[in-house]
Amino acid sequence: MKNTINSFWSNKARRTSFVTYAVVILAFIAVQVFDSMGMLSYAMRGQLIPICVYIVLAISLNLVVGISGELSLGHAGFMGVGAFVGAVASTALQSVIPDTSLRLVVAMVVGGIMAGIMGVVIGIPVLRLRGDYLAIVTLAFGEIIRNIANNLYVGKDEAGLHFALLNEDGLKMSETGKLIMAGPRGTVSVSAISTFMAGFVLIMITLFVVLNLVNSKEGRAIKAIRDNRIAAESVGINVMSFKLKAFVVSAVLAGAAGALYGLSMSNVSSVKFSFNTSIDILVFVVLGGMGNILGSVIAATVLTLLPELMRPLADYRMIMYAIVLIVVMLCTWSPKIKGFIQVVTDGVKGWFKKLFRGLFVKKEVGTNG
Amino acid sequence: MAEYSKKMVKVPTYSYLREQDADKLPVLDVRNLGIDFGGLTAVDSFNMTIGPTEISGLIGPNGAGKTTIFNLLTSVYQPTRGSILLGGIDTKGMSTHKVTRMGIARTFQNIRLFTDMTAKDNVKVGMHKDIKCSFISSLLRLPAYYKSEKAADKKAMELLEFMGLGDVADMKAGSLPYGVQRRLEIARALATNPSVLLLDEPAAGMNPSETAELTEQIRRIRDTFQIAIILIEHDMNLVMNVCEGIVVVNYGRIIAKGTPEQIKDDPAVIEAYLGKKEDA
Repeated sequence: MKNTINSFWSNKARRTSFVTYAVVILAFIAVQVFDSMGMLSYAMRGQLIPICVYIVLAISLNLVVGISGELSLGHAGFMGVGAFVGAVASTALQSVIPDTSLRLVVAMVVGGIMAGIMGVVIGIPVLRLRGDYLAIVTLAFGEIIRNIANNLYVGKDEAGLHFALLNEDGLKMSETGKLIMAGPRGTVSVSAISTFMAGFVLIMITLFVVLNLVNSKEGRAIKAIRDNRIAAESVGINVMSFKLKAFVVSAVLAGAAGALYGLSMSNVSSVKFSFNTSIDILVFVVLGGMGNILGSVIAATVLTLLPELMRPLADYRMIMYAIVLIVVMLCTWSPKIKGFIQVVTDGVKGWFKKLFRGLFVKKEVGTNG
Repeated sequence: MAEYSKKMVKVPTYSYLREQDADKLPVLDVRNLGIDFGGLTAVDSFNMTIGPTEISGLIGPNGAGKTTIFNLLTSVYQPTRGSILLGGIDTKGMSTHKVTRMGIARTFQNIRLFTDMTAKDNVKVGMHKDIKCSFISSLLRLPAYYKSEKAADKKAMELLEFMGLGDVADMKAGSLPYGVQRRLEIARALATNPSVLLLDEPAAGMNPSETAELTEQIRRIRDTFQIAIILIEHDMNLVMNVCEGIVVVNYGRIIAKGTPEQIKDDPAVIEAYLGKKEDA
């Protein structure tokens, strides 16, 4: 027993994955307990699904920025594709799939697949670029998606879905037709079917996919390309193919998260998926640590809650938000403060080790006696 | 290139410097290779035939085009003229990763390890093409994943131990001493299961005892894996000790070819390295 635990614990990758899963599951249980005890305010409950969405977005962007080492500034674009496709799919399937949870799953899958297809279409030409160029092109892509959504009208009647650009008249719907997307107004009267449970499951799936990918042959290849592209090629790794794999997996996850977001409220407009959101997600990734999945989870949670928690500060809250960002960045960068944090975490680790050792020694004594 | 047949031609036996290579087809056959960068001819009329288990040296003064030749052999550059036949197949137009998959592996003059990964992971990246595990089974952690990872771990450790790196397997590659990094790069190259191993200045920055050890190791690699090795090296002791054949280049052209003994006394080589004797 002790040996299996030791050998499990000695593998760093496995240990990190285990801690990440454990933290997310414990946080979920804690939220459920608080919620059942009525300790969550209405505003807080409203933040639960967005937090799940941002966690998934941060983890998926971390796959591209932290692990694959490519700066992408268009992640909100994939989120937008997922949100609008998910909303349209859910509304279109309303009569076919009456069960809301099943419909949510289908909408998330469809949203993810569409975002994935966009990922392939964009990734093939764009991933040949490097560094700043890739950043600019992905930024442009995000804006294109937002502008298309801004001018897209989608409606549904007995005959099926109708699409039009620029104005509603182009839809040519029958009298009973219902508008789903109304250009600048975004989605209209979508039934909000997203649940916190679905968000949690999506986070778990995202963790499963990303952590398994990172700790496999593919993940090693992706990290190798990041560390040294020329050397990676020289050991027979197809650089383009693996960059694309990481990019597309990331897009699929962002699309699914977007669908969850799009279905969490009756109205989402394309303004939400602007450059600002892409930067917000990037901030989660950078603050949580490049390539650090648990860091992304924590950063996304804290930074989504922070503006909400600081609401009493009124106009000063965005200033405070910025100050928190700066302080955290300095703390994670400065060698002195890093050293101090190391001392503290080592102390805590040592304390835990002692505790566990105590437990196991007792057990052994118990079985022997 | 039309004027060169893509078919394998048996090369005259004089180029086989090892008895056991005689009558076997060459593993690497370079014919009339040349590359121009703009108006500058970096390599021209380069010919080289390597037997399946031959150790050959590629030497020459700085800037002679040695590393360019390695870059041509691994398709980092595409040749302007001539052809490279690797195991009988012309590598023209192939990408670097494809040529590597066909059996050519290399190390770099300025070490290029994956510094953030452990030594073992570096070797496992090298084994990439031989780890048979689909994208789906690694995503879903199917039994195939565990099986292939276990096999990869075992082979990686064997290779590390073969190169005398067993005790640094779990250390980050970037934190290892220089000489160890060089050996790790060789281990990673060997992990790709090559038929030709290209070593670009393997002894650079090593002290004499490390170099002596490396000499032994290079021979041991050839004898164990039965592969051909081409090395670029400035350390003449190493080259003369370990190589069966030597090609000397200067200004991108071959100026001498032969056994170490022949090269040692070749006036063209002496001139290239030491300059021309001036008549009083």
